[in-house]
Amino acid sequence: MPLVKGGKITDDSFAKLAVDTPLPEGGDILVPAERFIGEADALLNRSGKVGVIWPNSRDISELVPYLGRIAAVALVFPTFRDGRAYSQARLLRERYNYRGELRATGQILRDQFVFMLRAGFDSFEVKKQADAEAFMQTAKRYSVFYQPTGDGRITALHRRMQLRHSEGVGT
Amino acid sequence: MYAYDEIDRTLVNERVSEFRDQVKRRLSGELTEDEFKILRLQNGVYLQLHAYMFRVAIPYGTLATNQLRALAHVARKYDRGYGHFTTRQNIQFNWIKLAELPDALEDLAKVGIHAMQTSGNNMRNVTSDQWAGVAPGEIEDPRIWSELIRQHTTLHPEFSFLPRKFKIAITASDHDRAAIKIHDIGLRLIKNEKGETGFEVLVGGGLGRTPFIAKTIKHFVHGRDILSYIEAILRVYNQYGRRDNIYKARIKILVHELGIEKFSREVEAEWQHIRNSSLQIDDEVIEDIRSRFTYPAYEKLPHMPDELRQAAADPDFEAWRKNSVAPHKVPGYSIVTISLKPTGGPPGDATAEQMDALADLADKFSFGEIRVGHEQNLALPHVAKRDLPALWKALDKLGLATPNVNLITDIIACPGLDYCSLANARSIPIAQELTRRFANHELANLIGRLHINISGCINACGHHHVGHIGILGVEKNGEEVYQITIGGRADENAALGTLIGPGVKFDEVADVIEDIVEAYLALRERPEELFMDTVKRLGVEPFKERVYATR
Repeated sequence: MPLVKGGKITDDSFAKLAVDTPLPEGGDILVPAERFIGEADALLNRSGKVGVIWPNSRDISELVPYLGRIAAVALVFPTFRDGRAYSQARLLRERYNYRGELRATGQILRDQFVFMLRAGFDSFEVKKQADAEAFMQTAKRYSVFYQPTGDGRITALHRRMQLRHSEGVGT
Repeated sequence: MYAYDEIDRTLVNERVSEFRDQVKRRLSGELTEDEFKILRLQNGVYLQLHAYMFRVAIPYGTLATNQLRALAHVARKYDRGYGHFTTRQNIQFNWIKLAELPDALEDLAKVGIHAMQTSGNNMRNVTSDQWAGVAPGEIEDPRIWSELIRQHTTLHPEFSFLPRKFKIAITASDHDRAAIKIHDIGLRLIKNEKGETGFEVLVGGGLGRTPFIAKTIKHFVHGRDILSYIEAILRVYNQYGRRDNIYKARIKILVHELGIEKFSREVEAEWQHIRNSSLQIDDEVIEDIRSRFTYPAYEKLPHMPDELRQAAADPDFEAWRKNSVAPHKVPGYSIVTISLKPTGGPPGDATAEQMDALADLADKFSFGEIRVGHEQNLALPHVAKRDLPALWKALDKLGLATPNVNLITDIIACPGLDYCSLANARSIPIAQELTRRFANHELANLIGRLHINISGCINACGHHHVGHIGILGVEKNGEEVYQITIGGRADENAALGTLIGPGVKFDEVADVIEDIVEAYLALRERPEELFMDTVKRLGVEPFKERVYATR
C-alpha cells in the first residue's frame, strides 16, 4: 500500500507493531493504542521515533499527555464511509495543537483527499496505486471552501469580505 | 432570489468535474460498485428498480425561472419528459442514464443548481418555508440563514461521512410550514428580549422505522453562534452516533438513548470550545448574504381590484381561489399555491411542458420566482391580485388549477413500489384511487382540511406518521398490506398518528378511508371542526369501530 507524504509517494520509515510483537532495538515504530498506553514510557525512551495507531472509537483526548513526544498519529477509516476519524483529526490539530505527522489509514481513496487535508491529515496510506499517483492533481481539485478549519484555507465567506473591501477602496 | 457569485459557481463546477471523473472511473472498472455507491449517493444518484434515479436540490424551495426551465430541459433531454417534486424541496428524475449524468449536472450547474448531498449519509439539502420572505408576520426571511447553513454544510470536511443522513429545516413563522419537528435539526427563527435574531434549536426529530418528534435542545442560540452550535451537535453525533445498525444510526436514536439532558450537556461542552472561533458570524457576513437576495419592486395596488371582483362571479374561479390563494405580506399581492395533485395523477409530478409554461407564467405574474413546498406542490410567491383571474385561466389550461390545496386529495406520497427498490408496497396507485374517490369538489370542500400521507415502506418518505390520515404499505406473506393511522400532524403542533387497527388489503384502502371520512362527517360538532380536531376530541375509538364493524 503506497504512502503519500508531503504530496509524494514515499517509503514508510515506520514499522507497524502488533500488540505482542517484540520491541525492535531501533527504528521508527507505529504501535496500537492499547500497547502504547500500557508501555508509553518504555516506548518513548527508545532511540527511534514512536507513533500510535488510534482507533476511531476511542476518545482522542487520552493522547493529549503524550502529544509533545510522539512523532505520528495514525487514525483509522475501517471503511471510507465511517467518518469518525475526521473529528479526531480536527480535535488533534485544532484543539490539542498536535503538529506531528497525522496519518490516514484504512480504506483511503482519492475521493477523500480534500476532506482529509482540510481536517489536518498530512500523510495517507492509499489503497490503490493509481489513487496515490493522482494525489497532487486530486488535492488541487477544489479552490473554494465554505468552512473554516485548522488548515488555514480562506473560506468563501471571508474571501467575499475581502473582495467587498477591496472594491470599497477602489470606488 | 439568491444570486450565486463567482465563488459559488466555481465550487459547483469543481464538483461537476469531480463527479465526471468518478463516473469515468466507475465505467472503466477502476471503482467498484461498492465504492462508487457512496460517491454517487453524495451526488443524489440512487439505483432504483428500473434505472438510476437522480435527485436535484432546490435549496429552501426557491427557484428562478431559468432554473425551472433547466429542470424541464433535464426532464426532456435525459429523462422521460417529467420530474417528481419530493417532500424535501428536491426534484427527482427517474430514468436517467449513468453515462449522461455528468452532462445533466453540467447543464444544471450553468443556472446554479446542483445535486450535492441530496442523498447519502451527509447533511442534506437545507429546507425552509416555501412562503419564506412573503408570509405575513414572519420574523425575518429565513432563507438568509438557510443559505448561510447551505454553504456551511456543503462538502463539509468533517461531516461528509456521518452515521446516517442528516436533515435541517428552518421556519420563521408561528405556523410551521417546513415541518421542522420531524427533522434532525429544526430551527425556529425568533427574537430575544433585546430584539436580537436567533434560533430555538430542536434536535432528534425524524420518521422512518422509529419516529420521534424533535425536542428543544436550546431555547435561544444567537444568530452569530448558529454555525458553531450546529457544528457542536454534528461533532457529538459524528463521534457517538451508532454505526453498527443502520436503523439505529440517526441522531434521534442517540438523543433518545442518552436522553435530551445528557445529549444537550455533551453539545454544550463541545460548543464552549468552538463558539468563539472563526465559526462566529459577524453582521457583515450576514449582510453580504442578505444583499444577494433580491426582492421584487412591489407596486402600490388595491386590496380588491376590479378584476378580482368580477371574477368572483365565476364559481370555478372562486373554488380555486379559496383553496390556492393565500395572503401576502404586501397589500394587493397574493401567494398562489399550484397543485401538483390532479385527479388520477401521481402526487408531485410535473411534465417538462408544465415546467416551461409555469416558468413563463412566473415571469409574467410572479417576478420570475417559483417556490417548492414539502407538500409536493409549487407556489408563485408574488402574484398581484388583479392578475389572479388571468393566472387561473392559464394554469387551468396546463392542468395546474386543481382546486384541492389542503383538501383530502392534496396527498403526499412516496414513489413506492412503482419505482423504489426499498418499497414493500405501491403508494402512487393508492393516491390516484383516492383522488378519484374524492374528485367531487363539493364533497372535498365539505370535508375541509385533511392531509393524507402515504409511504410504501417503513422508511416513511411519504411522512405517513404525520398525516392527518397516514397510510403505510408493508408486505405480509407476499401481499401488500396497509396500516392506517389517524391524528398525525407535521406543523408546530407536530404529533405522530395512532394506528386504528389491523392492516387492510390494497383493494380495501380507499373504502377504509371513505369510512373514516364518513365517520368524521357524522361525528364533528360543527362544520368548522376539522378532522384533526375531531380526532383530538374523540380519540381513535369511534373511527376504529366504524372501520372494523363490517370487516
